[in-house]
Amino acid sequence: MRVNVSNQRDELLGLYRQMVLIRRFEEAAAKAYSQGKIGGFLHLYIGQEASAVGALSTLTPNDYVVGTYRDHGLALARGMSARACMAELYGKVSGCSKGLGGSMHFFDAEKRMMGGYGIVGGHVPLAAGCAFASKYRGLGEVTLCFLGEGAVSIGDFHEALSLAALWKLPLVTIVENNEYSMGTPLERTMSVHDSSQKAVAYGMSRDRFVARDVTHVRERVAEAVNRARAESLPTLIEVQTYRYRGHSMSDPGRYRTADEVEARKKDDCIANAEKTLREMGVHDDVFATIEREVEAEVEDCVRFADESPEPGEELIEAYTYA
Amino acid sequence: MRELRYREALREAIAEEMDRDANVFIVGEEVGHYQGAYKVTEGLLDRFGAKRVIDAPIAESGFAGLAIGAAMTGLRPIVEFMTWNFSAVAFDQILNNAAKVRQMSGGQFTCPIVFRGPNGAARQTGAQHSQCFEAIYAHVPGVKVVVPATPADVKGLMKAAIRDENPVLVLEDERLYGTKGEVPDGDHVVPIGVSDVKRAGQHLTIVTWGKMLLASLAAAEQLAKEGVECEVVDVRSVRPLDHGTIVASVEKTGRCLVVQESWPFGGVGAEIVDRVQREAFGALRAPVLRVTGRDAPMPYNKKLEDLTIPSADTVVRGARAVLAY
Repeated sequence: MRVNVSNQRDELLGLYRQMVLIRRFEEAAAKAYSQGKIGGFLHLYIGQEASAVGALSTLTPNDYVVGTYRDHGLALARGMSARACMAELYGKVSGCSKGLGGSMHFFDAEKRMMGGYGIVGGHVPLAAGCAFASKYRGLGEVTLCFLGEGAVSIGDFHEALSLAALWKLPLVTIVENNEYSMGTPLERTMSVHDSSQKAVAYGMSRDRFVARDVTHVRERVAEAVNRARAESLPTLIEVQTYRYRGHSMSDPGRYRTADEVEARKKDDCIANAEKTLREMGVHDDVFATIEREVEAEVEDCVRFADESPEPGEELIEAYTYA
Repeated sequence: MRELRYREALREAIAEEMDRDANVFIVGEEVGHYQGAYKVTEGLLDRFGAKRVIDAPIAESGFAGLAIGAAMTGLRPIVEFMTWNFSAVAFDQILNNAAKVRQMSGGQFTCPIVFRGPNGAARQTGAQHSQCFEAIYAHVPGVKVVVPATPADVKGLMKAAIRDENPVLVLEDERLYGTKGEVPDGDHVVPIGVSDVKRAGQHLTIVTWGKMLLASLAAAEQLAKEGVECEVVDVRSVRPLDHGTIVASVEKTGRCLVVQESWPFGGVGAEIVDRVQREAFGALRAPVLRVTGRDAPMPYNKKLEDLTIPSADTVVRGARAVLAY
């Protein structure tokens, strides 16, 4: 992808807006969860927005995206509607998976959002399979796969990387290292602290950087996406990030201090983007407009989800078999 | 009609479907250059090339998952497990991805994929290489499980499996690969979920599948000499199960024996017994009994192995027990 410098401000504004949407959407989801409107698990992405937004901005509509159970940010960054996403959280039939998937299983065939998956690491081979299919058909499509650093210890991650390197698949695997595998800090889950080192054993290209600047994420991921598209070669990227909320809503967060979280919030990807935009000459009124529009979109999706009907009993078995 | 070995009929089905549809490919350990651990894929690499006959490293979960992802985009993979025993390390992929992606996505994605390989005991291969997986997999909604016993059925069911929009598990048998049988000419497809009466009789229904069909037919032959006519129903498809044919047979005979190679606890036989007692209760003149493999990991010793797997003799004993009521 060639980045046109003259469009950088508009481009960053677009990315900024997406990040704000994800954050406000998830804040609304957390509120709805506390009101008992959303059940089960709810894994929030707040703090990590630059990672999905920057990475997915490098893709074309025909590329594939595969993610984990922390998938709301990914879905919104892929252009799925806030209505379909919120309705899914509410378990409504108007949700992106008809209320059958829930928070962890957002799908959109049209957007080639191949799903969020709840078994840690189990989705990485699927992503390799999407990349395999693109290569099999001779199409120049790329697959972007997201996972957390906690998934780096499970076998499927390694088997998928091993196959992707062996068969030269157009796969970009992004480990979002948010420093905690649920409640266990990195130093107690991995013998090395740089998960991109795992690429070395497979003879795969790798990269590693901090996701504090969404444009920077975009540029670095674009290199890997270009390599996948032009040369059909995989890349493993570790994006260093941080989640402000718990692993899920039920996590009291006793494994880290409030001071640590507050310190990390000072390097916030949305605040950083706003600062850059102001330096580029964007004024208060533009930010106020974005905030107002996003707020309206989120209010609309919550109302839509609330008012949508429940799925009928006939859906229990309707999609078990084709 | 031609006489083919089981493995030849299976290979013919795969080759015909690969000719028919460029989206079909086969992946597994030793399927290409080695020509297949059990020679099922012999010659396919030369015929279809390395793009479609793909040697995989020993990474069952990895290549099973990769094939599932490919299937979600519309390709039609055939995944060979060298034996079903090795599918255990890919169980998560089958259970949590192949079987569930359609439901979890609200019907947006389907998974047209075939997993295949030999199931059950070979000869003295020990506890880890002699297991039956039909009950384990048939428990899972979202997958289909077929257990063909004859060359004609393996050809027809394999072709149906490849054309199916759902994940289909084809459980073959190493001891059946060399067996011969008549195979219809042309595009022979056996629909999934339809059982087959392999021998007609009026005194006792024997319900079975896979290589236990051979033991059951041998037992029926032996009992016929004593004037007892057994009807042998080959279920062919464990899930979906064609209980209608089983129930119709039991309504005629009034007696039923289920014969399975696998372990007894919570098995497919138990599911069949449940169906028969619910749907043919009025016709039953004796309790439905089961002949099963012994409830233990497979011993290596030949004598003990032979005692663990049902034989024609054990089927005859089981039949006599049902008939004695």
